[in-house]
Amino acid sequence: MIELEMRHVNLGYNHHPVLNDVTLKAAPGEMVGLIGPNGSGKSTIIKALSRVMQPNSGQIFINGREINQVTRRDLARLIGVVPQMPLLPSTFTAFEIVLMGRNPHLGLLQSESRRDLEMARDAMEKTGTASLANRYINELSGGEIQSVLIARVLVQETEAILLDEPTANLDIGRQVEILDLIKNLCAEKTLTVLAAVHDLNLAAQYCDRVILIHQGHIHAEGRPQDVITEINMRQVYGTENCVYTHPENGLPIVLLGAHRNKTAENK
Amino acid sequence: MASNQTMKTKTVTFLSGKRSRIVSLLGLSAALIVAIALATSAGSVPIPLSTTFQVLVDKLPYIDITPFWEDSTAIIVLDIRLPRVILAGLVGAALAIAGATYQGLFRNPLADPYLIGVSQGASLGATLGFLLPVSWSIAGFGLIPLLAFIGALLATITVYLLARTGKTLPVTTLILAGVALSALLGSIVSYLIISSGDKMHGIIFWLMGSFSLSEWAEVKVVLPYIAAGMIIIILFARLLNVMQLDEEQAQQLGVSVERYKLILLAAATLITAAAVSFVGTIGFVGIIIPHAVRLVWGADHRTLLPLSVLTGAIFMILTDLAARTLLAPTEIPIGVITAICGAPFFLYLLRRRKKAIF
Repeated sequence: MIELEMRHVNLGYNHHPVLNDVTLKAAPGEMVGLIGPNGSGKSTIIKALSRVMQPNSGQIFINGREINQVTRRDLARLIGVVPQMPLLPSTFTAFEIVLMGRNPHLGLLQSESRRDLEMARDAMEKTGTASLANRYINELSGGEIQSVLIARVLVQETEAILLDEPTANLDIGRQVEILDLIKNLCAEKTLTVLAAVHDLNLAAQYCDRVILIHQGHIHAEGRPQDVITEINMRQVYGTENCVYTHPENGLPIVLLGAHRNKTAENK
Repeated sequence: MASNQTMKTKTVTFLSGKRSRIVSLLGLSAALIVAIALATSAGSVPIPLSTTFQVLVDKLPYIDITPFWEDSTAIIVLDIRLPRVILAGLVGAALAIAGATYQGLFRNPLADPYLIGVSQGASLGATLGFLLPVSWSIAGFGLIPLLAFIGALLATITVYLLARTGKTLPVTTLILAGVALSALLGSIVSYLIISSGDKMHGIIFWLMGSFSLSEWAEVKVVLPYIAAGMIIIILFARLLNVMQLDEEQAQQLGVSVERYKLILLAAATLITAAAVSFVGTIGFVGIIIPHAVRLVWGADHRTLLPLSVLTGAIFMILTDLAARTLLAPTEIPIGVITAICGAPFFLYLLRRRKKAIF
């Protein structure tokens, strides 16, 4: 069980600030959604938390330990990342890509054991990618690749999972399958889950807590119904009259297009 | 259930991939021994293959064969032909594994051992060696190979320092810096050649590459560098697989990318520098052999690296055999043969396999 924490993090590419004084926490067993417009800094938060980018100032803690004090290998046993549309070598099969998730658990000279192979097989069954195992990665669709990457992070056996747009290329059936899987894992294994989610409706339905990022700082944070509000949507996305309430569970849903009618009525 | 079935077969084939790797290793090792025997028995004085084989086997520990051959035969086999064959094998193996490593590190199919300045650095060093009016020898290196070796290392270190930004080493910058520095050094070499007078022939001969001056002393000098570099690279084979993902993913999977990039780069460069120092910059082997191995046995570096070593050695021994026997007593420059033999075969492989090779 691990807790991830960012304290007053500022981070920028070549003096162009991306994150501006970001302070956030994610606790074990909690599924946290990062929402916000394109370029608001969601992916950068994930990169900073997995130490592939260094903050210019501020600190990041893994269970209270400063992130730079943890070795790369130990970090990869604690935090797994599902990147968004990454570069994958076309000469490897989906199975081999999934198996690479075992890397942090293997010594330099060690090869994958039978148990590692079985873990990869199980993960592929869980994510519905078993039939893709033998296929080369460049033969797969965007959605299939995303599911393969989810399998890879399962095989990594980490205590926290960071996901960057995990469902961006999935059809709605697969979206529900993958998010249900992550949500269940989060609860069963008390994983810490932080997901950048583009789709506000999915964020509202699946996340215990959402953090709304706007221009590199935290605009609002809390339960979905407290963050996904008319006023926040207007301030951050510039959209009007789009927040409704789900008829079954009372969570917010965002529907676009209605404002045109409303504006027409007002006239 | 159907998907379950395919997974099971995949696991089996994956494991049997390991087995076929061992079979291929043994097969290629046997082929290497045959190539060595073949190349040692052929030459201006023909010696029957069986005699050559027995002369060689007699030298192995614990094996004694009562000599039925003349002393001169043993000298030709062991002191004249064998060192040349072994050096050719070593250089071929070195260039092949260095090429595979650079291609893997740079995730670029066009990378070869000379991409980041080794070849032009060595050429400039060797050219200076021809032109300097002294003849030193340090650590077993004569002046020309010594300067070639130093030139190769200095050029690569310069490229490395130029490309390094802060704590990271962006691969694209490294390649571009390598190309630019190679162009600069190459033009200096061209200028020196034009103004080198009667030494021009020697320089050009060196630049085209040749094994004609190979003796045991040379084998002993380059062997430690090549062997050490190869062992380091093969140890990191699985990490090199993970590094085929982009650098961010490799880091997120626990690989300290910058550290291993530096180690692998250093090892591959040392191997290449040692390989070219005595025999010149032989082209083509470092780029084609790894691709051929990839086409036949796949892209897993745990297979690719050791099989590239064996295939590179066999290829170079056979091409050197062709170079010295086809137009005997005239020797054909080895670079000409590597391209003539290698290119059509490689193109054949490329056409046969339709799937992506890199």
